[in-house]
Amino acid sequence: MSAEPKHGGVNGQAPFRVLPKISDDDRPFWTGGERGQLLLPRCKNCNRWHSPPAPLCPHCLSKALAFVPLSGRGKVYSFTINVQAWNPTFEHPYVIAVIELEEQSDLRLVSNIYGCSPESVEIGMPVSVFFEAFEDVWLPLFRPLVEEGGSDE
Amino acid sequence: MSERAEQTVVVSGAAQSQIGRRLMRGELELTLEACLAAIDDAGLSRDEIDGLASYPGKMGGPAGFSGPGTPTVQDSLRLQLNWHRAGPEGAAQYAPIIDAVAAVAAGYARHVLVYRTVTEASAQKGGRSGIGLDGGGGGVPRMDGELGQMLPFGAFSASNWVAWHCQRYMHEYRLSREQLAQISLNARRNAALNDQAIYRDALTLEDYLSARMISTPLCLLDCDVPADGATAFVISAADYASEMKQPVIRFEAVGSALHDRPSWFQRGDLTSMAATDAARHLWSRTSLKPQDVDVAQLYDGFSWLTVMWLEALGFCEKGGAGAFIEGGEKIARDGVLPLNTGGGQLSGGRLHGFGLLYEAVLQLRGQAGKRQVGSDPRVAIAAAGGGPLAGAVLLARQ
Ligand SMILES: [Zn+2]
Repeated sequence: MSAEPKHGGVNGQAPFRVLPKISDDDRPFWTGGERGQLLLPRCKNCNRWHSPPAPLCPHCLSKALAFVPLSGRGKVYSFTINVQAWNPTFEHPYVIAVIELEEQSDLRLVSNIYGCSPESVEIGMPVSVFFEAFEDVWLPLFRPLVEEGGSDE
Repeated sequence: MSERAEQTVVVSGAAQSQIGRRLMRGELELTLEACLAAIDDAGLSRDEIDGLASYPGKMGGPAGFSGPGTPTVQDSLRLQLNWHRAGPEGAAQYAPIIDAVAAVAAGYARHVLVYRTVTEASAQKGGRSGIGLDGGGGGVPRMDGELGQMLPFGAFSASNWVAWHCQRYMHEYRLSREQLAQISLNARRNAALNDQAIYRDALTLEDYLSARMISTPLCLLDCDVPADGATAFVISAADYASEMKQPVIRFEAVGSALHDRPSWFQRGDLTSMAATDAARHLWSRTSLKPQDVDVAQLYDGFSWLTVMWLEALGFCEKGGAGAFIEGGEKIARDGVLPLNTGGGQLSGGRLHGFGLLYEAVLQLRGQAGKRQVGSDPRVAIAAAGGGPLAGAVLLARQ
């Protein structure tokens, strides 16, 4: 698991990442990556997703929620290339993006995009999730989407 | 229109401490310097102050950010308070101002002292900092709330959060870096006439375009400068106006609304911010219109925030700010909307919205010295905050 070098660090070292404080409400979101799953709560009453995870559906206030895997695909809603070395364990520059997940237009995450040059990132670019573990947290990171099966739609 | 609560309340006193870079003076000393000067400016004694408010109150977080808490200030001046508040939540840096207006209108207090103190320049020494770093080793606490959703991905700084708004805006509307630069260049031209401003040397478009990037599309000159200093106001019941020695500046309206999601990345439209909600709220509470404003002091912790406030407050149409600020003529001191006339935070120093409100009061009083707007301004707006934080106040000379 940890044999794979982590993205975003300097000299092959993992970057030092400030980690989220996991709560009972959002544990599946931060740990689903261990099974390769991007999980967010979906409401059984109104069928809508929400983020961040909360004990009630913010759309219809139902408690009938279940964490359901998402496709992990989305698009870059916006981004910035961070140049300033706030944290020298990160390789600079790096891309911080607001990702809009394909299941629902208001379902957004902040993440990084690896696997391409920062300068090639643009708004609307399709991306897909992958995960890296830091302590007990599986952070969802993104890379440019590679279309499978030759579909070039 | 029946009289709004705001219109029963005035700014009776306003003052600042010494302002500068790395003054290496204590935050309480600076605070008391500003507070006592504001009380004196109001023609009051400390025995008459019965309310106290601040933002954000004593808290952890970046060094030099919070200033002293209200209990410390109360005790230092032995104030007898009927009403007091401080906290980091609410309508951005102006929450204590807006709350003080309500407290005075409600009769909880008659004269409220409101202050904001920063000593970030002395605390940081090595330039701008992000949140929760301090060496990048172990021992950094885990983050909850929205910071826990942003910091793991290296979004350490508000510059990152503002940058992705600006990027989206530039994608949807026309705003060039040359246009955006006008916010910084205008601030510097005004700062040159303000002895309290931190950066007063001439700044050119070439300087701006060659400044190093911080977080695209924002460069160093899109970011304000950490400062040391305290700003204080006395906010009083309007019936005190007849006893005031200073020109009477009345509150016309406040805006504190937050209707969309309280987030740096979840708002439906990231080309806007909570400012849009607060601005709509403000204009719903007055018969005045944007074209009635004679001078505007709009938050410029990052240059794009000023662009965002210009549109939120209706000084130009949505998407039209780039054209509005192009060339800088409209926002100059002799333009249709004199903007950030004291140098703002970009050149004047990050007094966290309170410096902008102080400048608004000076301009309405006609006390802005060399940088006084010549058109005898009678209505001023001051707005503070970015992202999910927004508060605005409209002031009018009686
Ligand atoms: Zn629901």
